[in-house]
Formats: sequence, C-alpha cells, structure tokens
Amino acid sequence: MKKDLVIIGGGPAGLAAAIAARDAGVEDLLILERDARLGGILNQCIHNGFGLHTFREELTGPEYAGRYIDQVLARDIPCKLNTMVVDLSDVPRGAEGEKGEAEGGPKPERPEGRKKSVCLVTVMNREEGIYTIEAGAVILAMGCRERSRGALNIPGFRPAGIYSAGTAQRYVNMEGRMPGREVVILGSGDIGLIMARRMTLEGARVKLVAELMPYSGGLKRNIVQCLDDFGIPLKLSHTVVDIRGKERVEAVVIARVDEYSRPIPGTEETVTCDTLLLSCGLIPENELSDSLGVEMNPATNGPKVNESLETDREGVFACGNVLHVHDLVDYVSEEAAQAGRRAAAFLDGRLEKTKREIPIRAVDGVRYTVPASLDTGRMEETQVVRFRVGNVYRDAAIEISFDGKVVSSRKKKVLAPGEMEQINLKKADLEQYGDLKEIRIAIRPADGGKQ
Amino acid sequence: MTDIIVIGAGVTGCAVARELARYDWKVTVLERASDVCEGTSKANSGIVHAGFDAQPGTLKAKLNVEGNRMMGELSRELDFPFRNNGSLVLCFDEKDRPTLQRLLEQGKENGVEGLRIIERPELKELEPNISDGAVAALYAPTGGIVCPFGLTIALAENAAVNGVDFRLNTEVREIERTDFGYRVITNGGAFETRVVINAAGVYADRFHNMVSGKKIRIIPRKGEYCLMDKKVGGFVDRTLFQLPTIYGKGVLVTPTVHGNLLAGPTAVDVEDPEALNTTREGMEDLLKRAALSVNGLPVRQVITSFAGLRAHEEQGDFIIGQAEDAPGFFDAAGIESPGLSCAPALGRYLAQMVLQYLPAGEKKNFIAGRKGIPSMALADAEERQRLIQENPLYANVVCRCELVTEGEILDAIHRPLGATTLDGVKRRTRAGMGRCQAGFCSPKTVEILARELVKDMAEIGKNDAGSEFLTGYNKDGIEVWEEVQG
Repeated sequence: MKKDLVIIGGGPAGLAAAIAARDAGVEDLLILERDARLGGILNQCIHNGFGLHTFREELTGPEYAGRYIDQVLARDIPCKLNTMVVDLSDVPRGAEGEKGEAEGGPKPERPEGRKKSVCLVTVMNREEGIYTIEAGAVILAMGCRERSRGALNIPGFRPAGIYSAGTAQRYVNMEGRMPGREVVILGSGDIGLIMARRMTLEGARVKLVAELMPYSGGLKRNIVQCLDDFGIPLKLSHTVVDIRGKERVEAVVIARVDEYSRPIPGTEETVTCDTLLLSCGLIPENELSDSLGVEMNPATNGPKVNESLETDREGVFACGNVLHVHDLVDYVSEEAAQAGRRAAAFLDGRLEKTKREIPIRAVDGVRYTVPASLDTGRMEETQVVRFRVGNVYRDAAIEISFDGKVVSSRKKKVLAPGEMEQINLKKADLEQYGDLKEIRIAIRPADGGKQ
Repeated sequence: MTDIIVIGAGVTGCAVARELARYDWKVTVLERASDVCEGTSKANSGIVHAGFDAQPGTLKAKLNVEGNRMMGELSRELDFPFRNNGSLVLCFDEKDRPTLQRLLEQGKENGVEGLRIIERPELKELEPNISDGAVAALYAPTGGIVCPFGLTIALAENAAVNGVDFRLNTEVREIERTDFGYRVITNGGAFETRVVINAAGVYADRFHNMVSGKKIRIIPRKGEYCLMDKKVGGFVDRTLFQLPTIYGKGVLVTPTVHGNLLAGPTAVDVEDPEALNTTREGMEDLLKRAALSVNGLPVRQVITSFAGLRAHEEQGDFIIGQAEDAPGFFDAAGIESPGLSCAPALGRYLAQMVLQYLPAGEKKNFIAGRKGIPSMALADAEERQRLIQENPLYANVVCRCELVTEGEILDAIHRPLGATTLDGVKRRTRAGMGRCQAGFCSPKTVEILARELVKDMAEIGKNDAGSEFLTGYNKDGIEVWEEVQG
C-alpha cells in the first residue's frame, strides 16, 4: 500500500496535523491510532480548562478532542483504529519509487508527479493483519508516557497500589473505579495535581503531594485549583524514600531533600496510605523515531527539528508531545497544524531543500528550543519558537539576539520550568539580516535576581 | 491419599515434579502463593552458570555442570528462552591472577569445558565496553542466560500436563508423621502422603525441622538488582562476573535472555523471609560495584529494581536427599546460587532417590515436549502473518513496550496452570515488563483477566490475595470522608 501522508497517532497532535494537511491539499492521507478511538489521552482528561486559547471557552478533554474528531470526520480523512505501528524503516535502496537513484546517477531533485516514499510504516491490526505502507511523508504524533517508579529508583517493597497518575486517571475516569482510598502523590506534574482533585472529589483522601524540586512541575493554576482549594499540602523539596506493605501499599516514607536532591537523614516521616501516585514527568514515546534513526535532542527526548518541524530525515515531521512535552493542548494543536501544513508543502514540492540553516541556541537558563534551527527561505511568515527554562525566575526577561545583538527583550513576572514559553520570529525581521548566523534565546534575570 | 507431596512450586519444586511425572506416582505440589515461581525463582540473576564456582567433589559442582549441559536441550524440549552467551570472570588486579588461575583449575576439575584465561586485548575485543581496570578474565563459553520464569513455568506446565496436581494458594501449616508416611496440614485441608519433598526455598528449614531432629537453618540472603532498558541490552554480550575486589564480593553485569541489561545482586543476610524490599543503599551499592566491570554503565536507563532472597544454608551447601531421621522426607533445601542452573539435574537426581525409596514404573504416555506461548515480538514477518491468520487477536497489541498482544495474554490465561494475576500474565508474556512498567497495559490486562476468569475487575490482583488493584467505585464513602474533614 502507498500513502502520500501517514500520521502516526490519533491524539490531539495527529488530529490537528491531519486536518491542516488536508486543508493544505493532501488528499491521500491516513491516521494510524493504536487505541479503539481517536482523541488519545484527552479521552480520560474529563476535567475542564482545555481550549481557552483555541476556542475561547473551557472544554473538557473529550470535548476538545471531539471538536477535532468532528473536523476529521467532516473531511472524510481515513483513520485506522486499533492499529499499532510496529516498525518504521527506510525504504530499501532500489525499491519502487527509488528508481534511477540506486545507479549512482545524479540525484534528481524531488520529482514531479508521483512522489518518492520517505519510509516504510509496518502496521498491525485485527482486521488486516500485518502489512507495510510506503509513505510519501510521515508525521510523528505518538505522544508521551509517564516516568515509572522503576525509572525513579524509589526503594521499598513492590506491592499493588503504586500507579502512575495517568493509570489511576484511566481507572477513575474511564472505568469509574477507584484505585485507592488514601493517597500520597509524588511529583507535582499537572496530571498528578489534576488527580489530587479528582481522587478527592471521588471520595478518596489525598494526604499530600511531595515534590522533589523546590518548585512545582505543574501549572500555577493547577496548584491553586487542585491543591490549595482542597487544602491538600504540597511539600516541596521532598521525596519518597521507602514504600511499605507487601501485598498492598500500607505507608510511604517521605523525607526532605537537600539541594542535590539527596534525602536528608532525620527528616523522614511515615505517611500511612494505600496508594502512591507518581506524576514525575513525561517521556516522549520515540521508539519508532529511534527505529528509523532520527536524530534526537537529549534535552527534550524528542526529535531535533527545523522550522518546518521536520526531523533530520527529509519528509518525516514531528509534533505534539512526541516532539517535546507540552502543558497546554492548544499549543499541541497549533504546532501540529504547522506540521500538517509543512508536510503538505513537502508533498507538493513547495518545501525546498534546506539551503542555509540558522541554529537557534538555547542559552542562559533556556533548556531547549523547538525548532532548533530555521531556514528563512523555507519558513512561514511567522515562526513560533517554544522553549522551557531550567529554573524559576522572577521579573526576568526573555532576550532574543541575532548574531550577538539583542533584538528583543520581553519582561516576564515569573518564568518556571513547569510552564512552556514561546516567542515569535518574523520572516521579514530575519530577512533584514541577510547573513544571519545564529539566533540566541536567553533569560536575563532582573538585577541578577535569579531565584 | 497421594504418593508424593512436593512443597513449593519454585524452579526446584517444579523441576522435581516434572521428573516425578515420568513415573506412575500420584504427585501433588503445594504452593502457598497464587502462582508458580513466586519466591526465590522469580527474582534472581537468570544465569546458567558454567560450574567453576563450586568446590570440586561437592553435589553443587556436579549438579551445576550437569544442569548446564542439560539446559540447551531442555529449552528446546520445553520451549523456554535460553541463550548460551558465555561468561567472563573479570580480574582487576595483577596480584589476583593466582585466584583467577585457581578458578580455572577448579572449573576444569568440575568438568567445565572450554575454560581459558584471556588477556586484556582479547577481552576488549569480546566486550568493547569492558572497564579499563579489567586486566584479564576467565572465559567460560558454556555460561548461559535463561528466563527464570520461563524455565519454572515450562517445567510446571509440563508436569501438570503429565498429571501432577498443583494446589496453589495452599500453605503448609504442619507436617505430622503417620504409619503410612506423612500428613501435611494446609489451609486447604490435610493431605496424606507417602513421601514429602521439601522444596520450600527460604522456608525449607521450617518444614524440615517439623519432622527431623537434625535441625537446619536457612538464612534469607537478600540480593538487589537493577534492570535496564532494552536500548542498552547490547551493552555487554556475555555475563560479566567479578573476582572479589577490595570493595568486597563482586556483582554481575549481564544481558538478560530478553535483551535487557541486568546488574546485581547485593548480598545481605536478613531476618525476614519476606523482606523483598529494595533499599537506597543497596541500589547505590550495586550500581557502584557494577560500574567497576564496564565503562559508562548506563545507570540512567534503569527501568526497574527488585530484590530476591536466596535460601542460604548456614553451612553454605545444598541439602539434598532423605532426612536421616525421617524416612520418606526428602529435602531440596539451601538451594541458593547456582540453583537455577542445577534445577534440571537436581530434579532428575532427586527423582532417582525417591525411586529407590518408593519404586514405581515409568509412565508409557509421558509427554516430554511443550510448546510455549508464541511471541509476536520475536516472530518474523511470516510467523506473525501466520499467527494473525490463526487468531486475529495476535494483532491486537496490549503492551506497547514489549509488543504483547491480546492473543498471547489469552494463551497465558488459558494454558494449564494459567495466569490468574497481573504478575502471572507478565511472567508468561512479558506484558508490563517494558520501559513503562505496565503504566499503559495494566488496566487492559486487568480487564482481560476479569473477563476471561469471569470475575470482577476488583478481584484481580498483582499477585497474592490482598494485592488487588481496585478499592471500589467512584464516590464510595463520601460521607465517611465528610466526617473525617468535619
């Protein structure tokens, strides 16, 4: 089977990418979704607060997903559900669509008409078995997963009652079943905060949220609405140092940590509970990107992309949480729409090869940027650059410089690792710098007032 | 009334049961846990030792070398994962060379084949990530790695297919002598038997001491491990042991038969035979020691850690055979390392001893072979296609990390001695063993278990009773909560 565009993942990123690609003229596309329905993790996010930026109203997760699913259905975009992509690989040399290249002749520019395939997508489902799709372009939109207890090296017993916050969310919100009654939450990521409120509303007692770092990993609004409003204490600079209970969790021991995140002896406190929820970070699910050999960014655990959200593999794009973990789904949709447009441009030959890549450097408190580079010749009129900071800053400024010259400095009251930031770069501005070599994004603390 | 009762369905109990199943006996295995392979057998290194460690002339040495020789054929017969990857004992100090030499000679005396000492250049060639500190090594090409669950479950299933009666969730409380043999009293009633085989792991002393005046003592020796992602499974190809260093007894770094990287174990004697908890000190210690063997141990790739308890006998030897003062009571006690490697030989050895005590004829219809659960993850394209045609559920992926399908999970549940718990499914199929550690698949697996076993999801547990995942429905107990708050 051949497809112009294959989109891996039918969550918010995949849906928005598909809609944008179709609207930009891609007729022959396919969404591959491993779950039984479209919408991804939004389906279990029944709280509201989604869509404020996109729709100017507060939707629940399923409602937000529904708006995009409706658009996909209205456009008759084909989807395969319950379909797992088991492999993503190179098109073998000399295979169909590569004709004329294997002979060592001059490599043609992208041919007119039928496009060549950029990779092979091997999929599997109940109805059709296992087969391979030759894709003219691919959008990676696989999302992310939660960091597990094992990856956190939490010592203690291994009883039932230890869940990632998302697993607990699924039990409560999808099955209507409670995974525990007395809960301690480790990590103040947004899902953990949301689950603190949800578990409380459903009748459990959430005893506390412990956070290893001296600041929360979640959005400020979630701290207020999910913890403060319910009187749930947030213990910063604390971690779980022991888990007790052989069959079921009976207690956890928490302790204060020092500035190197090491537990401080003597500060241990035993908290009886039957459940420990973990909300300690999300990891982009890049097993397929790895199988294709896409270059990764160690700071995001996602692919390294240019202004077209294109990976180092021509015609392979990435967006959403597989690219870097977002806080707000609105920005996932926005980013994914760009990936969809760029894939469409690639497929009809409008996306020229990169000629001059200008690196975007994340410095002085900025941990990474997406994209990591841009080419003014290829970029859209405005390019959003998203990034995260590595620490909490108050009254600091986001500073953009072109070849060492500061071109913009925007004050922010608070910058925190839990909140993604973004700046806009205008093509017109960049083109004025004919020979621009480097863009830097940095944090300038107010009067050195770093916190 | 039964002929033989085996206490304990770990690898030793199951290996013995499978050998006993060859003869015309009525055999019952009593297991306290909800599944086979729930004790020492579930948390160990998964190593098939070559056999150079044990003192020449000991039963340990003999059974190890024999067990090692049997493992390859057994893995084909019973279809469980085994790989003969070879092992290396690393020497970090020139002045330890005599120890390495002694180990070589000991191994030769034990009958280990192909042993030789290799120097650093060859070592570096075999294992590019070998630590700069390793000066030489003892190379044992017959060393191997096995899936400890796969081995134990295969033995148990094959025993069950051949008529052995497995009683799970059955805890032995007392053993009394009778005119006939023994009365074994459990939470599930009393069993009259002629012969008892004590393969109770860390509890073997308890049962031995119920019938024998010659007391034994088993000390649970805790070993902690860290398991790393399959991404780094190829970090080493052979099993790397260490000669004892100034930092003490060494730990190993090995690929597992499923392609993860494993480091461990620590060795700490504990009082509590249930102390399966890991500790911060233990994990830090083992990773520090493991880092001596290789350059750049990928510690950030740890996906889980666990602890096992070895049944260490005070004298440090296996106790195998009939208790002197208790005819018909056979011990397989103190089976610590290399117990897994010895299991096939030990089973045969013990069955022969029982045969002398209680003669029996060979079964004519013994089924020696077993076919394991197919693995979509390991199958090639053609095999995958064939499996899906046979049952489309082999295309329905439940565990994404390890690519385990609903078809495989159904197999695990509906086989002889099928899985009834999440851990049971995990050990038979690897669902939940991957890098997300069951985050995504556990609710689905719980749902499938409940559906297939015709139970409510709230009745499905991780392993034994009390380990259920769900505690009720949303909004339960809201009133109680209000009172607490008020």
